Amino acid sequence: MSAILPLRLEEVSYAVDGRRIIERVSLVLEAGPSTIILGANGAGKSVLMRLMHGLLAPSAGRITWSSQGARRRQAMVFQRPVMLRRSALDNVVYALKVAGVPAAQRERLAQEALDEVGLRPVARRPARVLSGGEQQRLALARAWALHPEVLFLDEPTANLDPGATREIETIIKAFDAAGTKVVMSTHSLGQARRLGDEVIFLHQGRVAERSPMDQFFPLPASPEAAAFVKRELPWD
Amino acid sequence: MLEALGSGLRLVATLDLRLWEIVGLSLGVSLSAVAFATLLGLPLGAVLAVGRFPGRQAAIVVLNALMGLPPVVVGLFIYLLLSRAGPLGEFGLLFTPQAMVIAQTVLVLPIIAALARQAVEDAWRDYEEQLRSFGVEGWRGALTVLWDIRFSLLTAVMAGLGRASAEVGAVMIVGGNIDGVTRVMTTAIALETSKGDLPLALGLGMVLIAIVLALNAAAQVIKEAALRRYG
Repeated sequence: MSAILPLRLEEVSYAVDGRRIIERVSLVLEAGPSTIILGANGAGKSVLMRLMHGLLAPSAGRITWSSQGARRRQAMVFQRPVMLRRSALDNVVYALKVAGVPAAQRERLAQEALDEVGLRPVARRPARVLSGGEQQRLALARAWALHPEVLFLDEPTANLDPGATREIETIIKAFDAAGTKVVMSTHSLGQARRLGDEVIFLHQGRVAERSPMDQFFPLPASPEAAAFVKRELPWD
Repeated sequence: MLEALGSGLRLVATLDLRLWEIVGLSLGVSLSAVAFATLLGLPLGAVLAVGRFPGRQAAIVVLNALMGLPPVVVGLFIYLLLSRAGPLGEFGLLFTPQAMVIAQTVLVLPIIAALARQAVEDAWRDYEEQLRSFGVEGWRGALTVLWDIRFSLLTAVMAGLGRASAEVGAVMIVGGNIDGVTRVMTTAIALETSKGDLPLALGLGMVLIAIVLALNAAAQVIKEAALRRYG
């Protein structure tokens, strides 16, 4: 099974009703370093991730994975996770089922995934009555069970308190340690620094800068990113 | 009036056999029709909600319009199909309870399908990205959402049941209101009222309302329990 990475974006644009949201973005995402997509609200972070994940089709340009079957070997965790009205365990089992995992293996793999995110004690509880942080961990468990080659995370902790945020970040590090390529959008500089190896800085739908984390902080090269860092730092 | 009401209550309280046969047939016909209409209508509504195909908008408009089908028109249509000279005449179904089930199924199907379509479409907005991310699209996504909101869909089913148990026109035309064979609560009420037997008509009316109330109460209890259980 050959790797689906690198992912190539060539001159990718995305527009809705003539309003340009992503403008001529060219990128190559390689296996390995965790990539943080950073930018202000409305910079196009979520849309760029949805284009990469295949939930949106580009208005122009090309997005190509390096081998067939990329759909099944990537996962995405959204800002607001959607839980099915069934138990936590069955939510993971569902993800395995639709991914084509044989019935006999589903429950064991699902239990392992719940263990990984620390949700084994609530495995039988209905997913929708879990707390926000638990639901997001369950969303990560659904992704973990699939052992994706690439994991997209769209501001996964935007709605969570600091404690829940730390738990989520620990799990994201575990994905990275297990060899999954992490691609995450955030507007939190602290989170970017804690989890990322490199930064893609988006400004008004364009890539303003792409730098390794240790170069981006404390001094971004682009004026847009420098202004953003200066603005955000005191509150971070 | 009060006297008639009193006699009606006595009829109900003394479990008049004639009355309970009529009640039993009514329930049998309407519940069967709603069961068939649910089996057909929920998937139909879900596919219309999630599918993207030419003519979808037109299909939704037609389906919504069919919610207002007059029962007598449905009755007439089924009558023509089932009558001896009609295309399905050879089965000899006219003036049988089966014919009444068919007519009520046709009457109720658009209601259940149209309400299910709206419910699934609203839910789909929340589920779509997550399910597509899982690689789930089309009919499989429709079924997943249908199952996930199954308790909300009880409302659509109850609306269908309300329509079926309340209508007179369709069952009157295809059933014929034959005593002991195809007489149901609504046709009996119409007949007894015209004959002047107000106690029986009132008694039946009270039973009809009580049954509809009880079924809706049961549905509400199930929904509330599910909400607490599944969130």
